[in-house]
Amino acid sequence: MSYLLGESMTGGYGGADILHSCTIGVEKGQIAVVVGPNGAGKSTAMKAIFGMLSLREGRVLMDGEDISTLKPQDRVIKGMGFVPQNSNVFTSMTVEENLEMGAFIRRDDFSDTMAQVFDLFPILKEKRSQTAGELSGGQRQQVAVGRALMTQPKVLMLDEPTAGVSPIVMDELFGRIIEVAQTGIAILMVEQNAKHALNIAHKGYVLVQGSNRYTDTGEALIANPDVRKSFLGG
Amino acid sequence: MSRTQKNSLLFLIMLAMVAGVGIVQSWNVALTIFNLCLISAIMSLGVNIQWGYAGLFNAGVMGFAALGGLAAIIISSSPVAATWEAGGMRAILGLLAGLFAIIIGIFTWKKTVTLEKKRYWPTMVVAVVGYALMRLIIDPAISTIEAIEPAKTGYLGGFNQPILLSWLVGGIFAAAAAWVVGKIALGLRSDYLAIATLGISEIIIYFLKNEDWLTRGVKNVTGLPRPVPYEIALQQTAWLQSWTDNFGLSIIETSSILVKLSYAGLFATVLVIILWLSETALRSPWGRMMRAIRDNEVAASAMGKNVTWRHLQVFVLGSAVIGMAGAMLTTLDGQFTPSSYQPLRFTFLIWVMVIVGGSGNNFGAVLGGFVIWFFWIEAEPIGLQLMDLITSGMDESSPLRAHLLENAAHMRLMTMGLILLLVLRFAPRGLIPEKKR
Amino acid sequence: MTDILNTLALISNFIIVPGLAYGSQLALGALGITMVYGILRFSNFAHGETMSFGAMATILITWALQAQGVSFGVLPTALLALPFGILITIALCLFTDRLVYRYYRSQRAEPVTYLIVSVGVMFFLGGLIRFIIGPNDQIFSDGTRFIMKVRAFKEMTGLSEGLAIKTSQGVTIITAIVIVTLLFWFLNRTRTGKSMRAYSDNEDLALLSGINPERVVIIAWIITGTLAAVAGTLYGLDKSYKPFIFLQLLLPMFASAIVGGVGNPLGAIAGGFVIAFSALIVTFAYKKVLAYLLPLSMAPEGLMQLLSTDYKFAVSFLILVIVLLVKPTGIFSGKTL
Repeated sequence: MSYLLGESMTGGYGGADILHSCTIGVEKGQIAVVVGPNGAGKSTAMKAIFGMLSLREGRVLMDGEDISTLKPQDRVIKGMGFVPQNSNVFTSMTVEENLEMGAFIRRDDFSDTMAQVFDLFPILKEKRSQTAGELSGGQRQQVAVGRALMTQPKVLMLDEPTAGVSPIVMDELFGRIIEVAQTGIAILMVEQNAKHALNIAHKGYVLVQGSNRYTDTGEALIANPDVRKSFLGG
Repeated sequence: MSRTQKNSLLFLIMLAMVAGVGIVQSWNVALTIFNLCLISAIMSLGVNIQWGYAGLFNAGVMGFAALGGLAAIIISSSPVAATWEAGGMRAILGLLAGLFAIIIGIFTWKKTVTLEKKRYWPTMVVAVVGYALMRLIIDPAISTIEAIEPAKTGYLGGFNQPILLSWLVGGIFAAAAAWVVGKIALGLRSDYLAIATLGISEIIIYFLKNEDWLTRGVKNVTGLPRPVPYEIALQQTAWLQSWTDNFGLSIIETSSILVKLSYAGLFATVLVIILWLSETALRSPWGRMMRAIRDNEVAASAMGKNVTWRHLQVFVLGSAVIGMAGAMLTTLDGQFTPSSYQPLRFTFLIWVMVIVGGSGNNFGAVLGGFVIWFFWIEAEPIGLQLMDLITSGMDESSPLRAHLLENAAHMRLMTMGLILLLVLRFAPRGLIPEKKR
Repeated sequence: MTDILNTLALISNFIIVPGLAYGSQLALGALGITMVYGILRFSNFAHGETMSFGAMATILITWALQAQGVSFGVLPTALLALPFGILITIALCLFTDRLVYRYYRSQRAEPVTYLIVSVGVMFFLGGLIRFIIGPNDQIFSDGTRFIMKVRAFKEMTGLSEGLAIKTSQGVTIITAIVIVTLLFWFLNRTRTGKSMRAYSDNEDLALLSGINPERVVIIAWIITGTLAAVAGTLYGLDKSYKPFIFLQLLLPMFASAIVGGVGNPLGAIAGGFVIAFSALIVTFAYKKVLAYLLPLSMAPEGLMQLLSTDYKFAVSFLILVIVLLVKPTGIFSGKTL
């Protein structure tokens, strides 16, 4: 049983269903990647797991507990971290303040956690007093991930973290994500750069039109000729 | 009950209330209220054109109405020979110089596009030099003009044309100002547009209050000619004297009522014409396009509609109507009083009319004009009577009682606020909502 | 040399000191407006009347205190009454929010709707205030009138130009500095304050971070109510309390907030001083200054005013319009809705 499991999820934003019995799961310390063509419902599936839309059918389990009815803020308290695709930092606040806000729900001393984040992303330590809005795209993504890590989540969900960044920055980001996974956090990632993402994935989900088309390890999916032809550009 | 029946009933109720005032208080009072209702209805029609057709929040109604009043002076008052001789030509020259400077400024602005940010500098230089030049020319003229008999005249006067013409000219003045304001402010978001128009209308009022050489400023221009007969003239006609004798009526009161009725006739005619024009425009392809833009601006501009140009059209048209109403108001008053243009009474009260009446619906705006103006005026005596009733149990000489009675009049502000808040909350579409087409 | 000193004294008396005082008043008012705009995301047209209400509450308490024979020595008694005035204004703001604005938040209404609603609140408050205290001027200041009198200054310095500093001006400037310092400390150094900035910056992300929107709204009104009460009272002490003046002040305050960058507290303060000083500089009669600085033969005839004094208020609207044309986000690049 996966640590985090979105099971047979069916639902949408109020009109027609976008997800059709979609199942996505991830283990602690592992990276699960969700890929697929545009409009496949990848982001929707992640938002469903986070609680930003209600499911008509299906449920979400975390560590065996059914959290399907919890609001997103409550899921954060339960140990979920979410990094949205857009406007994921407070652009008018400093890097350090962004991290502080990330830890908002914590009432204890979080300076250790902040030190860990700075170890993980040394550039953030260097620019801690700079306004987040002034940073480059890749650095901002690091702030966004760091912000989500401040609650010491057990699961970290990232919505297209490398959207719009250069290949070098993408590599660096993926490297960091692997390091985060190595600390024991379960990572669920939706990605447009399918090939590169599946490379680092323990588990891959290929979604088409809201349902699972292929589910396997990242390696196997890359080797799969059908997957390669349809989604990885041959 | 069908919609038309319901709306007609609302209008009938309104007329009945005015008639009620006529019976209980006096017909003169009722007709005064009725005339101002008519004018308010026209103003709120103008505002509704901007809000209902295009979703534009014009908080500068006051300024446009005042420009209409300015037209009334300029068209209908007699020229003052002494001032024209002393500085008239020079003043005109100064204004032309100012206009010229503005044109050169716009020209500079357009031609320096390539300089990007630096284009502010040459334009600013032109503006400053132009302004200085205008002041050099016009200042001596202004002092001379204002020095001539300031108590009686001290201003240039007008062109001595019939005052009815000023209604049209008032509309034109307001339209011209709206064109300028629109060019400046229409690209802004709705809040900013409100603040910008409020600011610009304050500037207009300031100008009218301080440029005595044109408007006599706070000394006011009185004795403007009328489009209807004077009461005194009527009282001396034979037919009226015999008529009132026959029916046992007071000739003074009757003459006054007749004068007011004539105004009412004029105003009502204008109202009906504008209403008819507005409704036709609304149902036309042009009107449909305007509403399409209002409902989904992004989609409309994606379809290639020039949204800003359409907005400008609506803004100018609505302001023209407001200006016309302003000229009519000054005609009714017989005088131009710049200090009477207060944002509360003009801009915000008209907005309550539009919202309560039914924003987006022309008939609603007219009804709103009647209803709100009626309550605005009647709230004072009603408030007083109410307060009298409430404090009737109190000791006659108590200071609290005196204070309550004295300030009962202010309850009308509270009533207006309450009406607006209640309507916005519980009946946001107003008395006569917009028809869904 | 004395000519230069005289010029300095003249400019201080007519531009610098009044500018600092008026600028502080505008800044405090603009801060209230920018708070509501940044956090509640609407233009609050009722802010002027809120200031008027705060001043009225303070005045009534001041009269009560004065009747009891309480005084504050050289300082105005109103300062003692002010904390209570603040509490009453905060209560008003919270009450209005609960009764009126909260509904529209739940409806996710458009900014224009809030604006019209705030006009309704403005009407109601205006009427209520006039009903309670009447429409006339009220004078409630006491204590010493001047910190520095014209004659004293002339005796001290031997200059022919005098400099007067009213106690109310000094109180205004010092109170403004205190309040602003407290506000900035709150916003930048406390967890709650930072959460408010975060909410203003990015509402969705703030909610994701577990920031409670209801709490943010309540604190925003508390701050706004405080600012309104202080600004209104200080203005009333300096000039005199006239209920209808606060609608007029609304525009310069909006101008200050927008010029500085709406939503940005620093901008509101900068904007307040820009507007205040521009209004004074542009309408000042430079005749005497030029008379001091230029040789006698070139001394000017006319008043040498850029715009006549009556245009003082109009200048703030002019600056506003220019800013909206040229850089709508203002000096400090605030937010646009």
